[in-house]
Amino acid sequence: MPDSTFDAVKHVEHMAAVLGLAVDPVYMPGIVGNMARTAEIARLVTDFPLSDDTEIAPTFHPAQVHPAMPHSGSEGA
Amino acid sequence: MIGRSSTVLETAAAVRSGAVSAMDVTQAALSRIAADDPRLGAFTEVTSDRALAQAAKVDAAMAGGGDPGPLAGVPFAVKNLFDVAGLPTLAGSKINADHPPAPSDAVLIRRLTQAGAVLVGALNMGEYAYDFTGENCHYGPSRNPHDPSRMSGGSSGGSGTAAAAGFVPLTLGSDTNGSIRVPSSFCGLFGLKPTFGRLSREGTFPFCYSLDHLGPLARSAADLAAAYDAMLDPAGKDEPVTPGLGRGADGLRIAVAGGYFAKGALPEAFEAVATVAASLGATETVTIPEAARARAAAYVITTAEGGNLHLERLRTRAEDFDPATRDRLLAGAMVPSSWYLQAQRFRRWYHDRVMELFANVDIILAPATPCTAPPIGQETMVLDGVEMLVRPNIGIFTQPLSLIGLPIAAVPVQRPGGLPIGVQVIAAPGREDLVLRVAAQLELSGVCAAPVPN
Repeated sequence: MPDSTFDAVKHVEHMAAVLGLAVDPVYMPGIVGNMARTAEIARLVTDFPLSDDTEIAPTFHPAQVHPAMPHSGSEGA
Repeated sequence: MIGRSSTVLETAAAVRSGAVSAMDVTQAALSRIAADDPRLGAFTEVTSDRALAQAAKVDAAMAGGGDPGPLAGVPFAVKNLFDVAGLPTLAGSKINADHPPAPSDAVLIRRLTQAGAVLVGALNMGEYAYDFTGENCHYGPSRNPHDPSRMSGGSSGGSGTAAAAGFVPLTLGSDTNGSIRVPSSFCGLFGLKPTFGRLSREGTFPFCYSLDHLGPLARSAADLAAAYDAMLDPAGKDEPVTPGLGRGADGLRIAVAGGYFAKGALPEAFEAVATVAASLGATETVTIPEAARARAAAYVITTAEGGNLHLERLRTRAEDFDPATRDRLLAGAMVPSSWYLQAQRFRRWYHDRVMELFANVDIILAPATPCTAPPIGQETMVLDGVEMLVRPNIGIFTQPLSLIGLPIAAVPVQRPGGLPIGVQVIAAPGREDLVLRVAAQLELSGVCAAPVPN
């Protein structure tokens, strides 16, 4: 979980390697700044206790090949 | 007389009565765009040939005694993340300009065309919709017709500009975290973000699967209703909202959002809410629980899904992104899965709590933006004495609500001598009818209006 010891530079360097991203050093300050801000914001979420039965919001519908939702399929005009 | 200030319904009525031809209406719209868009930057493509051909079809249907459709001859334009047959779907990017032309129109364009409306072009937007300003480093900013030195708002910036300038009476945009409601507020328009999942996203370029919505922007509430009705799935069960609009706010329990939604903005944002609330006789306040965390959850879900969506392009064409978009998406691709999943679990918790509120209230009012349109290029603003970044904070009031897909109308409050600002009219999922009834009453009572600036 992000906390005040979160090191955005180290995180970005590590994740760039994990993801196979050859990040141009010129981009690093911008990425690191955004990563640090995201960590700060994410803490509001990760600090909030949730019960074990709180499911993730998106749902999956087996057998539904053409869901009414998005980018999906062959819904007619 | 149909002109720059005419609404969707006025235009359709004139064409359907034979008072004016669809061809004349279309040519007038194309002339306005040619004359004035070079200074406003709303369009990235004007589809003149297609528009004239479509107008001719509408006129032929009229001449043949057929029904040209409820939106006969109404010119409209779409954010350029909608597929338009024959054009690459830019989604505000330089990279997508290399994509092959879309083979067919997005579903919502097909439905509006089926209803007789005439597509006149594709509209500028913030790159890949990750934007609240309407600025774009590749195609230039879409400017605010009320003051072209100011932002249109984003990411559906061109959608705001084109409707507010009177180029067309109807545009389509997308809203992931506020991208219909923000330009509606800055440009002084009526905008509708429907319930999540209600309008088909087929044939549009995505940003964040969990949060993307599509919807209309216009200069009247009845126009939003007419467009929304025409875009519903004809094989679906959703009821049209136009027939009930005249009921207004009668019998509705209306409250103002307090707490998070009553701080962190300039006075004009709260004055607009107070004006709307007074007109509706709303005196109660309601607290939407944990809205700051909801905004945080929307932020995390957006950046993580966006980063994942664009990862391959970030790997191979990072230099072709808008630098601001690129850095945010690269950071988003690096978000730990636990942060993302916790945000999605929080979303479930928060949804269930907000649903409980709707047992006691039908409509909630909240500011749409914390300020009126800032000057283009402005990077910081002062809120409650604290200097804050403009870009991420424009959406503080919109993000916590789209997180759970509530239907929301943005309604424009005009400020004499000043820029307009919007108010969010919020209802429970599936109740587009209620938000549009309230918007229609506010328009009828003169509290909300969207005049085309001189």
